[in-house]
Amino acid sequence: MSATAVHSLWTTAADPISKIDAPKIEYGQLSPTLIVVGAAIIGVLVEAFVPRKQRYYVQVFLSAVALAAAFAAVVALAADGYATTKAGIAAMGAIAVDGPALFLQGTILLAGLVGLFTFAERRLDPEAHGNRVDSFAAQAASVPGSDSEKAAVKAGFTTTEVFPLLLFAVAGMLIFPAANDLLTLFVALEVFSLPLYLMCALARRKRLMSQEAAVKYFLLGAFASAFTLFGIALLYGYAGSVSYSAIAQVVDGTVTNVAPALADTMGNDALLLVGGAMIVMGLLFKVGAVPFHMWTPDVYQGAPTPVTGFMAAATKVAAFGALLRLLYVVLPGLRWDWRPVMWGVAIVTMLGGAIVAITQTDIKRLLAYSSIAHAGFILAGVIATTPDGVSSVLFYLAAYSFVTIGAFAVVTLVRDAGGEATHLSKWAGLGRRSPLVAAVFAVFLLAFAGIPLTSGFAGKFAVFKAAAEGGAAPLVVVGVISSAIAAFFYIRVIVLMFFSEPRPEGPTVAVPSPLTMTAIGVGVAVTLVLGVAPQYFLDLANQAGVFVR
Amino acid sequence: MSFPLLTATAALPAIGAVVTAAVPAAQRTAAKWLALLVSLATLALAIVVLVRFDPDGDRYQLTESHSWIADFGVRYELGVDGIGVALLALTALLIPFIILAGWHDADPLETGSKRWRPTQGFFALILAVEAMVIISFEATDVFLFYIFFEAMLIPMYFLIGGFGDRAHEHGEEAASTQRSYAAVKFLLYNLVGGLIMLAAVIGLYVVAGNFSLQEIAEARANGSLDMATNTERWLFLGFFFAFAVKAPLWPLHTWLPNAMGEATAPVAVLITAVVDKVGTFAMLRFCLQLFPEASKWATPAILVLALISIIYGALLAVGQRDIKRLVAYASISHFGFIIMGIFAMTSQGQSGATLYMVNHGISTAALMLVAGFLISRRGSRLIADYGGVQKVAPVLAGTFLIGGLATLSLPGLAPFVSEFLVLVGTFSNYPVVGIIATFGIVLAALYTLVLYQRTMTGPVKAEVSAMPDLRVRELVVVAPLIVLLIFLGVYPKPVTDIVNPAVKSTLSDVQKKDPQPEVEAAK
Repeated sequence: MSATAVHSLWTTAADPISKIDAPKIEYGQLSPTLIVVGAAIIGVLVEAFVPRKQRYYVQVFLSAVALAAAFAAVVALAADGYATTKAGIAAMGAIAVDGPALFLQGTILLAGLVGLFTFAERRLDPEAHGNRVDSFAAQAASVPGSDSEKAAVKAGFTTTEVFPLLLFAVAGMLIFPAANDLLTLFVALEVFSLPLYLMCALARRKRLMSQEAAVKYFLLGAFASAFTLFGIALLYGYAGSVSYSAIAQVVDGTVTNVAPALADTMGNDALLLVGGAMIVMGLLFKVGAVPFHMWTPDVYQGAPTPVTGFMAAATKVAAFGALLRLLYVVLPGLRWDWRPVMWGVAIVTMLGGAIVAITQTDIKRLLAYSSIAHAGFILAGVIATTPDGVSSVLFYLAAYSFVTIGAFAVVTLVRDAGGEATHLSKWAGLGRRSPLVAAVFAVFLLAFAGIPLTSGFAGKFAVFKAAAEGGAAPLVVVGVISSAIAAFFYIRVIVLMFFSEPRPEGPTVAVPSPLTMTAIGVGVAVTLVLGVAPQYFLDLANQAGVFVR
Repeated sequence: MSFPLLTATAALPAIGAVVTAAVPAAQRTAAKWLALLVSLATLALAIVVLVRFDPDGDRYQLTESHSWIADFGVRYELGVDGIGVALLALTALLIPFIILAGWHDADPLETGSKRWRPTQGFFALILAVEAMVIISFEATDVFLFYIFFEAMLIPMYFLIGGFGDRAHEHGEEAASTQRSYAAVKFLLYNLVGGLIMLAAVIGLYVVAGNFSLQEIAEARANGSLDMATNTERWLFLGFFFAFAVKAPLWPLHTWLPNAMGEATAPVAVLITAVVDKVGTFAMLRFCLQLFPEASKWATPAILVLALISIIYGALLAVGQRDIKRLVAYASISHFGFIIMGIFAMTSQGQSGATLYMVNHGISTAALMLVAGFLISRRGSRLIADYGGVQKVAPVLAGTFLIGGLATLSLPGLAPFVSEFLVLVGTFSNYPVVGIIATFGIVLAALYTLVLYQRTMTGPVKAEVSAMPDLRVRELVVVAPLIVLLIFLGVYPKPVTDIVNPAVKSTLSDVQKKDPQPEVEAAK
């Protein structure tokens, strides 16, 4: 007698349990993110299992390959038409694969790759006990100035954890502008923020300042995250969904079937306005717009300079991407409410950043305020609410990120006995000691100032043109005025470098390895190419200018 | 496709600049010769342009048009009219003299000095400025023009801030501070002007949808492009502001005396005789053609500002103690004349203004370069430090006198013709303005002759008693300029023939007719 037959003596077959549908994941379309996350996890394992001596090489290689492969995946997806005709929603509605997402992911990956080169630089700091060291603390857990720190330095420890942290941050940033529901948005926000908080604390020199910066960033960032999360909750109450398209439909008033549990709150405009404002606030915090900019100068100054460069570039790209998607996909029906507010934010951001920057005496703080002013310029493009607005912002972000990484990479080269010489007075006469480095930095400053024939001018022209066409002519005028103010302090640095007498005890310019040279070289090349012949990249941004809903 | 002649005139100095900059430091002299040869070759090309240009032909000739940034509606469009050709030729003509006059200005100082003077950089920057100025004279695309109008500030800035006179009454430290102050002031004034223009450029794009000067001007003329009165006025003001800073027009002029005072004499000539001409040229080409109605609307105010420039510049020139600053204020007065001629809206006025640009370029170059030779001998810019030079260095004094007489528009020298035309042209439309402007000439006589008297005549001062006369190189610089001044003073027809048709078309854009039956410009 077979087992089944015996079994059936005292049992009857029930209906099979209805299957739980396995989520449908489009692995191909998500491959850029998956590659980076996978490499980051392998990186963590490398930390655990690979001998200390070889970790650095393995990590750098792994990260570079992962970022390059992810970029190749982005290019392949775009070439396959996912940016235009095949654009769609992936991962059960959580992630959008469309033009803006792919363009920004490509930008973030390249910025990450160039940033990685500056992370991996080990020739700038003098060797400690015969070991080459990078910009990061020997052992993050040891108290600054303690014996254990000395022991760690002596033992030649290095914090190779920064590489997986970088990859995790990049992964979060890849999802952030592509997130198609509010929860994914929040998860992505945390995934890239936490590694950044950590990396900010890891400076090898001036460790207390670095840790202070990290704590400030963390506390303020946590506040901003809390606001965002609260806003998400309110929007859920308003729309009964966290999905972008569902919320947009409720905003437009095209949804009729109301979930009974939410019948009281659904469609309540107070929830929409407060919730939307809180989420936007969280994003404006990340881009460093006034009045949510307070963290920027301290964190930019305290963080290890390679981290600052990467963070200044890539965070801005990711956060502006998310802001664009939120405003253009979720809240376009609300634009008569948010546009006046964003006008105000853009104006105070442009003027505030430019005016406060004038009084700065530290090059990293100066660049921080300049990044605030640039956030204002980009906001002018965001406000346009036209297709041109999207593409101009995309172009600006791409142009800006390479200038930024390049500029901060130059900052790492100018050093004295205490590490990087970031006080402006120490840069006096740099143009006479190291004409090449000073000239390169001057190119970056001119690009920041938006002088024609640099990428800064093309980008600025694109966003201002979009803003003017979108009916924001006064914004353009304010933008032009703050450009003039901003030009003053960029020029001041150039004057200092070229026309001031060098100080006898001034800093020296370290000769970097090919890694940093590549980062700077890429920065200069992109700056000039986008300045002289921007057409190809503008086309790219134009084609990528349509969101999927 | 024909040979892109206009591109070549700009590309040649641009490439020359890059190559010159790349010459190794030890080959200093080679870099100088290279720069000189490039500038001469550019001059040759400019002469070819001049020959190929047919004054009675199309308005814009030798045109080139390529797509550049389609997304911004920007095309790479070049073309010259008579005005552009005249200024192109002036620029190409002056640069070799500027290079030759500044031959030793960027030599390294004797050992022990902290000053940093890369010779190659000096000449490369001059060539870079030349390339950018030339392309702004040729651009018929507003955006293309704007890009080089702004970009030329950067090499100019380094020329002013990086290279000064060898000696300074307050020592090297003070000289360096003053120089960088002058350079920053120059840059900020012009940058602010340029950025305000940027807003207007964007506005123009929003209104017109492209940047092509010809297309927009045509659309304006046949009424297919209608601008609201206020829009047109704001755009006009945005453009005019930038050009008025560059020109410079009172009260936006204050950067010029600083810049010309601190820069070396050849660079000062580059500023006033070459770069500033872009400002007045652009008024003629862009303000009048793109915004004819607004130009007419603004004319009275601009004429008043021009008058103030003429009188104020001349008065301040009388009061100067510093030779270079004196020439700078004289230039402000002359730019007042040029702007007055442009906005007098008569054919004599505008022909005169264009001719004035050319003549002012040549006469100021002659005066300033000789002044530079003088200053380099004594090591002081102060008028009071000189006296009796004509007994010691008669050739120097003589050429200085001719440059000065040209500046005060002595009949027989070139500037007289243009000043006369400007005044006649202004008088027929705005008699009062013309009469007041005439006082500027009187003051010009005063400041020039007093300058000559104090420096060249009288008892020989001890410090100048051993002053050598002009050297061969310096003579080579000055003599051709003086010959040109005399030639164009007696026979200005070659220039007026080229300029007149272009002026007529410009005037017809503004739809202004000369008030009385057409008077042929002085032939």
